[in-house]
Amino acid sequence: MSLDIQALRAQFPILSRQIDGKPLVYLDNAATTQKPQVVLDAILNFYTTTNANVHRGAHALSDEATRRYEQSRDDVAKFINANSREEVIWTAGTTESINMVAKGLAQQLTAGDEVVVTEMEHHANLVTWQQACKVSGATLNVAPILDNGELDLAAFSALLSTRTKLVAFPHVSNALGTVNPIKSLTQKAKAVGAWVLVDGAQGIAHGGVDVQDIGCDFYAFSGHKLFGPTGIGVLWGKHAVLKDWPVWLVGGEMIADVTYQDATWGVLPNRLEAGTPNIAGVIGLAAAVNWFSNLDTLAVQQHESALLASAHEQASNLDGMRVIGTAAHKMGVMSFMLANAHPADVGFILDRQGVAIRTGDNCAQPLMKKLGIPGTARASFSIYNTLEEVDILFDALRKATMMLA
Amino acid sequence: MSMSLPDSQEIIDDLAFFDDWEQRYQYIIDLGKSIPQMPKEKKTDANLVRGCQSSVWLDSTLDNGVIRFSVDSDAIIVQGLLALVMAAYNNKTPRQILDFDIAQYFAQLDLERHISPTRGNGLRAIVSRIQTLAKQSVN
Repeated sequence: MSLDIQALRAQFPILSRQIDGKPLVYLDNAATTQKPQVVLDAILNFYTTTNANVHRGAHALSDEATRRYEQSRDDVAKFINANSREEVIWTAGTTESINMVAKGLAQQLTAGDEVVVTEMEHHANLVTWQQACKVSGATLNVAPILDNGELDLAAFSALLSTRTKLVAFPHVSNALGTVNPIKSLTQKAKAVGAWVLVDGAQGIAHGGVDVQDIGCDFYAFSGHKLFGPTGIGVLWGKHAVLKDWPVWLVGGEMIADVTYQDATWGVLPNRLEAGTPNIAGVIGLAAAVNWFSNLDTLAVQQHESALLASAHEQASNLDGMRVIGTAAHKMGVMSFMLANAHPADVGFILDRQGVAIRTGDNCAQPLMKKLGIPGTARASFSIYNTLEEVDILFDALRKATMMLA
Repeated sequence: MSMSLPDSQEIIDDLAFFDDWEQRYQYIIDLGKSIPQMPKEKKTDANLVRGCQSSVWLDSTLDNGVIRFSVDSDAIIVQGLLALVMAAYNNKTPRQILDFDIAQYFAQLDLERHISPTRGNGLRAIVSRIQTLAKQSVN
């Protein structure tokens, strides 16, 4: 198998859009990816033919909706190689997944316990733990990064001890593109008996995530960064850990027995899924996962590497351009500064040329502060981007350099 | 603040004269550069409107019945857009400020995208801060 990029692009209706009369060059994939027609069809088809609430109806539609909904869980479990389907918990997205773990952790932490994160965290994988530590009196330790944006592995190891209750880190940094050695980080954390959560928001869409192989306790990701709809995500957790994890949201669906004064919780996955779920989102996500699984993962990764390599090469030839994050192993993301131009200005001028990027603090204010910059411009690539689009980005950047000089 | 800016009608006419976006943006950038820098001591937290993409500062004094503003931004195009806002609002009475249709003005400039609620550049927040200020001064 290989990758026919033009055929792939043709499956994404939005990619044929124009912005101010210019073809859309969508390079904001780390924020959200676009959706192929099969995903759009799956959502529309669900509402058109099958809409009913799941698990509770005494009728054919509800049975059918429940079947498709639970089949989606099987599909996602297979996609990430979960040990069992009950390990896949539907959430609203990565942020909610991490919150679910952090709220449960807060109940188990006491003063003297420690949580370890890294300096490259997205706010979702920082504020959650920070607040869990605050309410419980535990200590938050932040493992530093090196100048090139790689995690300081020695410093990370030095922070681990038997006091460490949980270690969290991103699979791939949303701001720097750094790919972390998640398997060896996990091994180090497990060696001191800590739980490990991997923020997979930026890692999942590049293929090849195998949660059993990683060895972590939790892996969190969003559907919308994986060609699926917004508002749906996954918390994967080891069965043995999730089955007793303190519940966060309570209500319908997640209970076993209820009296006016008390309640007992159901079993996985329901105990962590209160209320009517995002059924259409689940079905859309499964469609995305199945679509993505049918691509040649190796070809996808090679194509993405080629896009990033071309961007980095052109960056090194553009006067005044400084790439933020130069880790040896990067994926998807190129953050940068352009001479003295403010990132927001760069974003405006690229936007007028049809080139969509992100500008700002990348939801990583402490990291930006550490780097001594107000924020960055960020181009992020996905499988449907082309080398020609990378060239268009740099044409647009040359124009921005000229106008903002 | 003494800003020698064209008035809002002149700006509408000037921008209408350009036929491509580059010239229009260059004009906005040049306008932004023409605004005097805000003194550092005025760049207080109280005067700061933070956007997630760029930050803007606004300071004002009521003087002889008109409001005098000073503004600044860390991004030059936002600074230019602030200049457009200043052309409409600076040295005007609170009543004049409240009567001015800023949405219509930005639409005429073909820049309404920049004051839409989705833009994280603080411009819309500045406009509502100015309007609130004018309302308080009228009462």
